[in-house]
Amino acid sequence: MSRITREEVERVATLARLSLTGDEAARMTGQLDAILDYVALLQSVDTTGVEPTSHAVPLRTPLREDRAVPGLAPDLGLSNAPEREGTAFVVPRVLEGEEH
Amino acid sequence: MTAPLGTLSELRAQLDARKVSSRELVDAALARAAALEPVLHAFVGVQPERARADADAADARRARGETRSPLDGIPVAIKDNMVQAGEATTCGSRILAGFIAPYDATVVTRLRAAGAVIVGRTNLDEFAMGSSTENSAHGPSRNPWDPACTPGGSSGGSAAVVAAGVVPLALGSDTGGSIRQPASCTGIAGMKPTYGRVSRYGLVAFASSLDQIGTFTRTAADCATALAVLAGHDPHDSTSLPEPVPAWSKALTGDVSGLVIGLPREYFVEDGVDPAVLASVRESVAELERAGAKTREVSLPHTKYAIATYYLIAPAEASSNLARYDGVRYGHRAKGARDLGDMYRRSRSEGFGPEVKRRILLGTYVLSAGYYDAYYKKAQQVRTLLRRDFEAAFAGCDVILTPTAPETAFRLGEKAQDPLRMYLSDVYTVSANLAGIPGLSIPCGFSKGLPVGLQLLGKPLDEATLLRVADAYQRRTDWHARRPPEPA
Repeated sequence: MSRITREEVERVATLARLSLTGDEAARMTGQLDAILDYVALLQSVDTTGVEPTSHAVPLRTPLREDRAVPGLAPDLGLSNAPEREGTAFVVPRVLEGEEH
Repeated sequence: MTAPLGTLSELRAQLDARKVSSRELVDAALARAAALEPVLHAFVGVQPERARADADAADARRARGETRSPLDGIPVAIKDNMVQAGEATTCGSRILAGFIAPYDATVVTRLRAAGAVIVGRTNLDEFAMGSSTENSAHGPSRNPWDPACTPGGSSGGSAAVVAAGVVPLALGSDTGGSIRQPASCTGIAGMKPTYGRVSRYGLVAFASSLDQIGTFTRTAADCATALAVLAGHDPHDSTSLPEPVPAWSKALTGDVSGLVIGLPREYFVEDGVDPAVLASVRESVAELERAGAKTREVSLPHTKYAIATYYLIAPAEASSNLARYDGVRYGHRAKGARDLGDMYRRSRSEGFGPEVKRRILLGTYVLSAGYYDAYYKKAQQVRTLLRRDFEAAFAGCDVILTPTAPETAFRLGEKAQDPLRMYLSDVYTVSANLAGIPGLSIPCGFSKGLPVGLQLLGKPLDEATLLRVADAYQRRTDWHARRPPEPA
């Protein structure tokens, strides 16, 4: 029995903002299925009452003096913009399927 | 062909004795890089003008008696996932084609403050996802010991240039073994320090709870020298540790008498391991026993779950980290999109390679509604058990010794079509990332002309013991001094 269907892979691709070609979707489905089959190994581990670890090292909150320091200059921050106008990043229209 | 450069400590001694200038070393490194590039394909880019100017400045400092650190004037290379102001950073991905970093990573700031001369940026699997460099958009790097083989990955370019004597020091990053496995494949020393020892500021994120920057050098002594320059708290990285940085070089006493080395029984199984690798590692254990170390068997009972745990947690974190590549502020933007959503999808689909897409899909899947508890949370719980395994084992030993990888460098193409098989290359290395502990790979033999690596794992923040054991071993053996054949 497969653990993930092609439809599920396509749904996940939509969530991840990826579009897959037909070949890609088929190949990914097979590969992800094999990986999910392998990681199913974890289901045999008894983790009752075990706290999850999100970070191996206990994280503190380091504080610093509340003093203004220079950040990235706007021009430098915009220097890799695929398209810019003044101090703004230009993007295509936001709403799908509407005309200008 | 320019001769291979010596170790960091050899070059330091030559500089201090005025037998050579930094400019001569940097010119030699650049010449050797250029001559070997057609074979190794290890660099994504070199920086001759900047490097020569930095070398001249180092020579001027030395003439004034103002040498800044043991790295002053030494040519080094960095993996192409650490940003450097004014230089391209690609992460081996098409999605970052044309990206010029606007600031320096903290490790770059520290290298430069120490006077080190960055000569180039090295190849890697795309976004450090892989064990062979075959996932790089620039094409794979090759192993100096046998160009038909991978140098390992993901930091394969950095490993190859140190092994080939282009530079005595290169930086890598290690999320699941990406420093230690290539070090093993190329016969050099590769250190992944304790999580948080070295600032990740300016390291392009893959899996933030696992990523750590470390070093490639020929010797453990050089590693101690270089790590001291890189380590320490950084206000720009809240996960960097505030603990003081020890004088690691002073820990290199050559003495391991009475030290207890733990040998995890789960790592010395015959199944799936090249017998020649196991034989070399066992012989290294015998050598350390002759040096006065004691050994005892320990158990890390959850080892068999490490790869599955890693390949749930790392892709989950990656799918979140890589959401930033959307074509808006930097990186590749697809042309002619009809709206914003279309631009996101097309930019990402054109920009990312297959392994990165695979991990984004896997990560998105395991974080999605209905699967989170079964996969992601479960993996985080098993991560706790893996961490506890090490705590229990270290109650009875000072350091743990294992093979670094189940085999020597494999042939390019051998695993490229089978992602799961590729993932199993990391079977001995991922646990250290999940537990946040330091790990060091050093060469301990050869099998069919290819280097074998042993891995030392330490208690959190105890890089000193790893370095002391590795250095003691290297004083008694010469595996680290072997050089790959010069190409015809």
